[in-house]
Amino acid sequence: MHEYSLVRAMVDRVEQEARARNATAVGRLAVRIGAMSGVEPELFASAFTLCREGILAGTELDIRRSEAAWACPRCATAIPTGAVLRCAACDVPARMITGDEILLEQIEMEVP
Amino acid sequence: MCETCGCGDPNVVSVEVHDKILSVNDRTAAHNREHFVEGGVFAVNLMGSPGSGKTAVLEATARSLAGRGRIGAIAGDLETERDADRLRAVGVPAAAITTGSACHLDAEMVHKSLHHFPWRELDYLFVENVGNLVCPAIYDLGQAVNVVALSVTEGEDKPLKYPVMFRKADLVLLTKVDLLPHLDFRVEAVLDALARVMPQPDVLRVSARTGEGVTDWIAWLEGRRSAHAKGAPSAGSAHHHHS
Repeated sequence: MHEYSLVRAMVDRVEQEARARNATAVGRLAVRIGAMSGVEPELFASAFTLCREGILAGTELDIRRSEAAWACPRCATAIPTGAVLRCAACDVPARMITGDEILLEQIEMEVP
Repeated sequence: MCETCGCGDPNVVSVEVHDKILSVNDRTAAHNREHFVEGGVFAVNLMGSPGSGKTAVLEATARSLAGRGRIGAIAGDLETERDADRLRAVGVPAAAITTGSACHLDAEMVHKSLHHFPWRELDYLFVENVGNLVCPAIYDLGQAVNVVALSVTEGEDKPLKYPVMFRKADLVLLTKVDLLPHLDFRVEAVLDALARVMPQPDVLRVSARTGEGVTDWIAWLEGRRSAHAKGAPSAGSAHHHHS
């Protein structure tokens, strides 16, 4: 389960940000996980519960999801997920527009 | 201090970060990639299910490249050094990374293993990832290309079940094709599935046992290696930069 190592990496990043601002607590974290990122949001959330300590003891985790979307890089026509990933009109490979995000988007902290 | 009412409550600040959670791994991977480019070493991240034939492909590659290209391997394995031992037995310098319970290699593990490995003397460095079609897909290691081994004894629908892995592949090696006459596996079905998850599907059929297709595989490697030396991009080396 790679979600645990992702959560560890995120926690390190958040703690660094919290220290830099002398935060006393982290209230909320917002992450974005794409449907084609290879990360299971449920596993990510349960891995996070194992890391809720110290400054993160009461942190709420907000997981924002994004669907996979593909389009032609030349004519911008959308190519549905599950279809052959090629623009028939332009004869070029499709490009992923959204869906592979594994992002820490926002940190809400309490500062003195 | 809350200035409006003087209540003494802490202020809440919201920081927009938009950071890749894997940014530390990606930085280490970029560092590995710089080393490989500067050392003239073509690094291949070889992934696939347990039993897909990754080690057998490397054994066949070593036999075929003998005298033409120097190859070495770093093999990730949960508990043992068996894969690395098999490779040493065919004359391939090999280091093992035993990951314990970790289901994938990351850029830092590869970086550490390089410190004790004569990788600069190589033309090709194969990183044989942990047998798994999920976790290794999201970790950039600094490779030039991603190659996924898919054996004909697995289902035709594997690409549709594990789209993240196949999307990031520069090449799919369809392995154990000598077994096709004994199976109901339809090659057209797997090619169709790959076209729905890989924007630029590239597939080679190989059998490490009979040697079928190994010449094409070596030609693919040599072609990519010389294109890479000239700076051509690939899915494996560019997969973290497009969005």
